[in-house]
Amino acid sequence: MRALTYHGKHDVRVDTVPDPEIINPRDAVIEITSTAICGSDLHLYDGVIPGLLQGDILGHEFMGRVVETGRDSTLQKGQRVVVPFTISCGKCFHCMKQQYSACDNSNPAEKQDLTEPLYGHAMSGLFGYSHLTGGYPGGQAQYVRVPYSDVGPIVIPDGLEDETVLFLSDILPTGWMAAENCDIEEGDTVAVWGCGPVGLFAIQSALIMGAHKVIAIDHYPHRLELARGLGAEVIDYRHTHVLEALMEMTGGIGPDAVIDAVGMESHGLAPDAISDKVKQVVGMGADRGHALREAIMAVRKGGRISMPGVYGGFIDKFPLGAFMEKGLQWRTGQTHVQKYSHDLLRRIEEGQIDTTFLISHRLSLEDAPTGYANFKDNQDEWTKVVLKP
Amino acid sequence: MSYRDDGYSSRRGRQALEAALAIAAGAAIVGGIHAMARQTQTAPRGIPGDAPGYTSRKSMYGDYAVTGRTITINRPRSELYAYWRDFSNLPKFMESVEKVEWEGDVSVWTIQAPGGDVRIRAHITTEKQDEEIAWRSVQGSDIDTEGKVTFRDAPGGRGTEVEAIVAYIPPVGRLGALVAKLFQKEPRVQGRRELKRFKMLMETGEVTTSHNRQAA
Repeated sequence: MRALTYHGKHDVRVDTVPDPEIINPRDAVIEITSTAICGSDLHLYDGVIPGLLQGDILGHEFMGRVVETGRDSTLQKGQRVVVPFTISCGKCFHCMKQQYSACDNSNPAEKQDLTEPLYGHAMSGLFGYSHLTGGYPGGQAQYVRVPYSDVGPIVIPDGLEDETVLFLSDILPTGWMAAENCDIEEGDTVAVWGCGPVGLFAIQSALIMGAHKVIAIDHYPHRLELARGLGAEVIDYRHTHVLEALMEMTGGIGPDAVIDAVGMESHGLAPDAISDKVKQVVGMGADRGHALREAIMAVRKGGRISMPGVYGGFIDKFPLGAFMEKGLQWRTGQTHVQKYSHDLLRRIEEGQIDTTFLISHRLSLEDAPTGYANFKDNQDEWTKVVLKP
Repeated sequence: MSYRDDGYSSRRGRQALEAALAIAAGAAIVGGIHAMARQTQTAPRGIPGDAPGYTSRKSMYGDYAVTGRTITINRPRSELYAYWRDFSNLPKFMESVEKVEWEGDVSVWTIQAPGGDVRIRAHITTEKQDEEIAWRSVQGSDIDTEGKVTFRDAPGGRGTEVEAIVAYIPPVGRLGALVAKLFQKEPRVQGRRELKRFKMLMETGEVTTSHNRQAA
């Protein structure tokens, strides 16, 4: 089959590789009909996440048709499914508590050795996201092997187009969980750093959950326009003092909850961002965290921080004093996708949530490297790339 | 002949056990590997801690290296015990163990290694239904080792806490180099991988892999 593979920093190629097979009883093999490039794929593309090997197949947002099933799979050949990017066994303590992205069993035992010393606990398995999370071949390919296919994939009725449901795989539930982690109350203002796909879906979700106001912060004009189109007020940080503006736009209180939808490759104009960038380039510090630091400074006393943005390592100049003295709460984590799949599918079917506004470009799988380069370098215009194998 | 809680039936065996324990866990330890499991970590002028002995900052007890690990498995104690007690199941989650066979009371573990197989010959020293299985190597074993696995109810209906402890004398010479490759380089790594695979198998019915194709 053809698949998008990693060959080094800013070097991805479409290669011919062996087709996947059924290995374990609960497996299924899916023929991919649509797959997307995620913002977090850019962290891999930029070489800031360790544990990728040459030839690894990327991609964790995908859907398709079931073509093979293992003995204990509950799927049937021919069914259309969207596959969560998190791999979850459905049987361990964490899965039983719906903490699917904390699954104990989905990362192969020998791969767990990589993250156990790094994080104190081993991470769960994710598709196409380095060997830290299992080294699973991803879905930017013609076929993919899906472990625990009785737990993860959600079956899609035939009437729904791929593009209306594809983002159930990651960014829609990730934006939804980011808003849920804000514990939104009546009258709340939520500030969102980053108007990429997750930030935009977080804006949409926060408004559905009853936020009085959502304020979006970015510097790409087109992305800010998309945020405004969803109902957010917007701040372009290149032209505005963000902290002052957020206080003035919230009656001098500050936002009740803040969402860092930026993560480890934060931009920004402040000295800490420049110092972070230098350290990340020379390998002294894994994470750039300007957006997170600003969010902590901005949030009101007793407020909530929600952090869907991806981080991998360490950060310094963390405003720990502000965090403690203001009595903040902080929630984060990879998304428990399976917890939200059915509810979000229903909201899509009922027309409450539309995800197609996000898609700016549709390419064949063969053109995926072009998609990566533009998604990275022309972020204002290239908001979301969908690939058709 | 069966080996039960009362331990060894031969004088030589008892001596071997005592010697092993004295060496393995220090002279203050009495009561065999049970004590080693809950060995006190006495810091200078400190108090005895409640942590398992194998979490001690020292990794060698005389000639013995000791390693252990606990894992919680979301399945009933009796089910886990029964699966483990059938030693023929062990190669399903212990990747280096090729097979386990019985020669009378002695179990023979064949471990594949580059340059030739290693055989551990051991008999069961303790066997408490649904609670504990302990073993000790016998004469003719390539490695001098003892170990035990215990099964305790986890709190709050969370299944079973499975704790495995192994003590062994790291061999020297050609065999030593071989065994070092297998175990000693990262003595804890092998054990924790095996327990994790046991958990996967018991909880999910399969051992997780990210391989895309059957091995050629």
